[in-house]
Amino acid sequence: MILFFINVLLALAWAAVSGSFSELNLAFGFVLGMFALWLIREQVGTGGYIDRARKIISLALLFLYELAMSAIKVLIMVCRPKMNVKPGIIAYPLKVDRDFEITLLANLITLTPGTLSVDVSHDRRFLFVHAIDASDPDGTKQDIASGFERKIMEAFR
Amino acid sequence: MILATYFAGCLIIVGSVFALAAAIGIVRLPDVYSRMHAASKAGTMGSGLMMIALAFVADDLATATRALAGVVFFILTAPVSAHLLAKAAYAVGYRLWGKSVTDEMAEHD
Amino acid sequence: MMSAEAFLNFAVLLSLGLLTVALLATVWRVVVGPTLPDRILALDTLVAVAIGYIAVIGVKTGFSLYLDIAIALGLVGFLATIAFARFVLERGMTDEDRLEDRERTQ
Repeated sequence: MILFFINVLLALAWAAVSGSFSELNLAFGFVLGMFALWLIREQVGTGGYIDRARKIISLALLFLYELAMSAIKVLIMVCRPKMNVKPGIIAYPLKVDRDFEITLLANLITLTPGTLSVDVSHDRRFLFVHAIDASDPDGTKQDIASGFERKIMEAFR
Repeated sequence: MILATYFAGCLIIVGSVFALAAAIGIVRLPDVYSRMHAASKAGTMGSGLMMIALAFVADDLATATRALAGVVFFILTAPVSAHLLAKAAYAVGYRLWGKSVTDEMAEHD
Repeated sequence: MMSAEAFLNFAVLLSLGLLTVALLATVWRVVVGPTLPDRILALDTLVAVAIGYIAVIGVKTGFSLYLDIAIALGLVGFLATIAFARFVLERGMTDEDRLEDRERTQ
């Protein structure tokens, strides 16, 4: 968090020195600041920050990809003349336990193919997920565990 | 600039196809929980793509970034409202479709 | 090969047509129901379709003001859906809902 703040300061410094506070220049300054922090990763130990930023970006990209795939799946599903859906609610055992991680996971699940989070159990050990195709509950649980939950743990632990 | 125009045209067509898919899903799917799948995914995708098209034809950068901020805003709010509605509907007892294959939530409470 | 102008006009017309079909289908769901959550969901989708309309008109006319209207409409739609969800929680099910639910799930 402190490193992020330093990075913002570096971006502001770049904008001040180059004399233009336009969005594009600020963004360029931010990238330059990140590069500068990366250069001194051995001495000051800023490598973890860059690494984490990379993982968060990879999570965001995975999310956008899954959103596109799920919209296409919905498109294909509703265009079939005879819809063959087997909906149901499955209980997904949570491995993440912090509030914001559960929130993030629930929101990501909602926008990915065939799943929609409905509720969290009172003891926060299960996330109830409505699946449009619940014929294979264990497979769906496996997909979530090896997909988003793993990525979230990589990015925020 | 010409390329951006072609791109925006394609984006609004694809976006409205997704919006149509969401509407068809809402009409055809059997219960409110299944309909939520169509509305939250295809609907978000549709309006998001059309906003991106607006960013492509915008003549200054500020408008384009505002359009992208709008897309991010839609992506953040859509799952929250779908989740809240599903939770409320389930909590007061609207039941799943009769042919649903499993309800592990009923076994837990 | 069409010119850029002609292609954009065609795209605008086509997507306005598709959006109109989507609007009618969604309105049908609002009218038919059968339960309150169905109607709320359909209204939420109606907002998404309206945002689509605004964006397409914005692309056609080139006014950037439409963008602000679309974002504001998205915000209002989000808050409305949340308020409706709270209302469903507060109100519970009516007898009519129970009756229709039973018919549908059997």
